[in-house]
Amino acid sequence: MSATTAGGRAGSIHSPLAEFWRRFRRKHIALVSGAVILLLVTASVAAPLIAPYGPAVPDYNNVLAGPSLAHLCGTDTFGRDILSRIIWGGRISLSVGFISVALGGLVGVVMGLVSGYFGGLIDSFSMRLCDVLLAFPGILLAIGVVAVLGPGIDNVIYAVAVFSVPVFARLVRGSTLALKQTLYVQAARSIGVSRFKLMFQHILPGALPAVIVYFSLRIGSSILVAASLSFIGLGAQPPSPEWGAMLADGRSYLGVADQMTLFPGLAIFITALAFNLLGDGLRDALDQKLR
Amino acid sequence: MLGYFLRRLGGTIPVLLAVSLFAFGFVRLLPGDPARLIAGPDATLQDVQAVRERLGLDQPLWQQYVRYMASTVRLSLGTSARSGQPVLTEIGERFMPTFNLSVVAMVWSCIVGVGLGVLSGVKRGNWIDQGSMVVAVSGISFPSFWLGLLLIDLCSVRLGWLPTGGDHDWKSYVMPAFTLGLPAAAVMARFTRSAFVEVAQEDYVRTARSKGLPERVVIWRHAFRNALIPVLTLAGLQFGFLLGGAIVIETVFSWPGLGRLLVESVSYRDYPVIQAEILLFSTEFVLINLLIDLLYAVVNPEIRLR
Repeated sequence: MSATTAGGRAGSIHSPLAEFWRRFRRKHIALVSGAVILLLVTASVAAPLIAPYGPAVPDYNNVLAGPSLAHLCGTDTFGRDILSRIIWGGRISLSVGFISVALGGLVGVVMGLVSGYFGGLIDSFSMRLCDVLLAFPGILLAIGVVAVLGPGIDNVIYAVAVFSVPVFARLVRGSTLALKQTLYVQAARSIGVSRFKLMFQHILPGALPAVIVYFSLRIGSSILVAASLSFIGLGAQPPSPEWGAMLADGRSYLGVADQMTLFPGLAIFITALAFNLLGDGLRDALDQKLR
Repeated sequence: MLGYFLRRLGGTIPVLLAVSLFAFGFVRLLPGDPARLIAGPDATLQDVQAVRERLGLDQPLWQQYVRYMASTVRLSLGTSARSGQPVLTEIGERFMPTFNLSVVAMVWSCIVGVGLGVLSGVKRGNWIDQGSMVVAVSGISFPSFWLGLLLIDLCSVRLGWLPTGGDHDWKSYVMPAFTLGLPAAAVMARFTRSAFVEVAQEDYVRTARSKGLPERVVIWRHAFRNALIPVLTLAGLQFGFLLGGAIVIETVFSWPGLGRLLVESVSYRDYPVIQAEILLFSTEFVLINLLIDLLYAVVNPEIRLR
């Protein structure tokens, strides 16, 4: 639709990756977000090396202490160092976000490919299913899943994965419908390439840019939903340094120990914002192929 | 018009059936014996047997489903394992607080969201435009429960202006309604802006302007009315999502509503209540979506002619 403005450099030949990078590196906000995410991931992976204290080490002489040089983000009810808990908790929040979207994305992508490629009954059935799933707010679906499986962080992963499925399924179905008609896919079909290979080797790569964009965006919202679930007591349970669970702890100490609410919340916000802004930047950089 | 209404109404029947199947199958999806789960952890063997017979769990599945549907239609939803009260009473008590809170949140977020959207759409690039778009982008990343806690800290604990929670008078509505409506307002503002910008490029807007109509009339009568069509759909969708957001916000503000009831009953494994709430929430969403579609057809003739 608005692709005419960007199509001006027909003469020079760039690989799609180089072309993407040329556009993406101008998105300063997205670059910064990417750097923030890299930092968060590194900090989580290296938590045992970086965190000044263990996530569960109590210090009863230093209970509910405000920020100080010894405890940069203060301490909680057991005198546990909040900064250390946030760094360790990053492992939980980031992996819940990543694994759940990977899981939901995998199911959604296969569902979209199959229903876009074959059409007919499979297609209308799975798209109806997506309509129904999309009509519900993610948190309600997730609570429904937790109600069946029981509270706990493992079940939160499945719960959050469920509401990513329809997003990816619709997205990939749309691309599949368009790509199915392209010359190169028709050509591949005409020389007898198997359906499986057509779907996964010829059509899927074309749908991949959009999938990558949504991957980033979904991680942002999945981290939020997972933290909400832990906050209302249906996700990670108390001793765990999950960010939402930490906020739930801090709820009873508002005005007494604000550091218990302030810093975990900030961690959730920054992480979700970084993934959303990265996703927006990726979308802009990949725009040509998305529309 | 009537044809479209009937067709759309007919389309929701399979969805409602699917919803009822899920609510019905829900207890049977759980690991373990549903009769034992429903009877609760302290039940004796006789109690469990009584529940099994009362619910007809020894009969074939399709008969159980028919029985379930028959009693659901008669609104006999069983007894809460936690309080011992009928589920219908429990839900009835919690319905109005949630409804009132959602309506207040919806009204303010519509007015502010649409208002900000139009303001930023008309004067693109000014400080209102840039400011509201920053709010809109961070709005989707902001954990609403965190915002709620920060507000309680500021307005209740430190300043002592507003109560920390509960549903007492108008004052207790201020923070929950604000927190609940903020994401909706952000989405509405962003969406109204883009709808408005799109409409402003249409031929009829240029015509209106070129025939010398005052800018006020061009904006409100020609552009705004047409931009409102997609906004209306979004407002309906947002209302549904508001009900979802209420689950978390009610926990933050100890609001005695349906969302808190759902969270409590999931933590207590109070299956009759969970089952009824799943059915209630799902039916609400289906009806809201139906209403949006019908409203859409009223506003936009193209839809119903298809």
